[in-house]
Amino acid sequence: MSTSRPSTEPAALKEWPLWEVFVRSKQGLEHKHCGSLHAADAAQALVMARDVYTRRQEGVSIWVVPSRAITASSPDDKGELFDPAADKIYRHPTFYDIPNEVGHM
Amino acid sequence: MYTQSMSVPDDKGSRSVQPMAVTEPADRMARFDACIDADGRIEPQDWMPEAYRKTLVRQISQHAHSEIVGMLPEGNWIGRAPSLKRKAILIAKVQDEGGHGLYLYSAAETLGTSRDQMLQALHEGKAKYSSIFNYPTLTWADVGVIGWLVDGAAIMNQIPLCRCSYGPYARAMVRVCKEESFHQRQGYESLMVMMRGTPAQREMVQDAVNRWWWKCLAMFGPPDADSPNSVQGMRWGIKRVSNDELRQQFVDATVPQAKLLGVSLPDPLLKWNEARGHHDYGPIDWDEFWHTVNGNGPCNKERLATRVKAHEDGAWVREAALAHARKRQQANLKEAA
Repeated sequence: MSTSRPSTEPAALKEWPLWEVFVRSKQGLEHKHCGSLHAADAAQALVMARDVYTRRQEGVSIWVVPSRAITASSPDDKGELFDPAADKIYRHPTFYDIPNEVGHM
Repeated sequence: MYTQSMSVPDDKGSRSVQPMAVTEPADRMARFDACIDADGRIEPQDWMPEAYRKTLVRQISQHAHSEIVGMLPEGNWIGRAPSLKRKAILIAKVQDEGGHGLYLYSAAETLGTSRDQMLQALHEGKAKYSSIFNYPTLTWADVGVIGWLVDGAAIMNQIPLCRCSYGPYARAMVRVCKEESFHQRQGYESLMVMMRGTPAQREMVQDAVNRWWWKCLAMFGPPDADSPNSVQGMRWGIKRVSNDELRQQFVDATVPQAKLLGVSLPDPLLKWNEARGHHDYGPIDWDEFWHTVNGNGPCNKERLATRVKAHEDGAWVREAALAHARKRQQANLKEAA
């Protein structure tokens, strides 16, 4: 569910590693993150993901990724990363006035 | 499925939020408050005050434990379900509860607490779970009543949690609520079948309703006036609707369902109040509620012992799977070298 987790886990040695689960709900759609689970290895993670996240045919394909393999942007960088796009409104079609007679464009 | 009063403290004694020992940095606190005020959502990596984190860990892990322990009273009936159809339904429902527990443990883990820590707290009796599971399921009608009333009460409680300010919890609840509706409907339908049966079967349904009704009302937690944690929960957007409001919604929704089913609800004071536009109901026995919450209900010891035994019996499987995974990993490394 999240990517960076505090590493203060005393029991981590005995715990199965954490995996993030992505499910494609139907052909033609993208895989979407739906949660996480613990499993000893990738094959087991897939089987568990099937049981935990697709009990009602929610998916036709599953990806599992070790949670520690994900690199995430930091919330503290949110401004720096995303604000530069805020003043570039000319990137949106609604920025341009086109006469109605042109029709759909 | 199953939440109760989320304002129940894990540790005996202290029933209210402890005064904050840590001072939070003012600018971050202000940003957090502004986000909450704007009905925004908090995600795992965002900064949050320690008390918010602690409250969520306690609430989400209690909720997860409730799902897992909740498998036990119904699991008792899988081998005794009256038909193959009912057995298949019950297995599916119990499996859902296990799944709900897993969604919720994952959500709690995003707050920086490990699964093992949470399980340990449960197994040592330090963490609470919904008290409703500390009562026995005496007859097959109990299984139907649990679906109809216990899951019904849980749904009431859980729908507002889909709008919880903490993203992972809210998303887990959306998933849970989608699946929960089947639980309530299968229970009600199973009771309808019994009510069309013999007088003995109808009596069995009424008896189960009589035993579960008050416990379900208590599931919503102490009255608002005795629920100091609720105020803070509301402020943080964790709790959206108060215990008493939810309880009232549940009573109002259940009365017509009971009538249609042909059972009575065991409360002589239960009646429609035209002026309020709601049903009035009698006083709840809170002493019994606290007695059970504090470990002295009829099944507390049995439930916990069953849970601990299952965990211990499964230890070799967890260790073997991990050992196997490590061996394979090393074999792969050798091959690659």
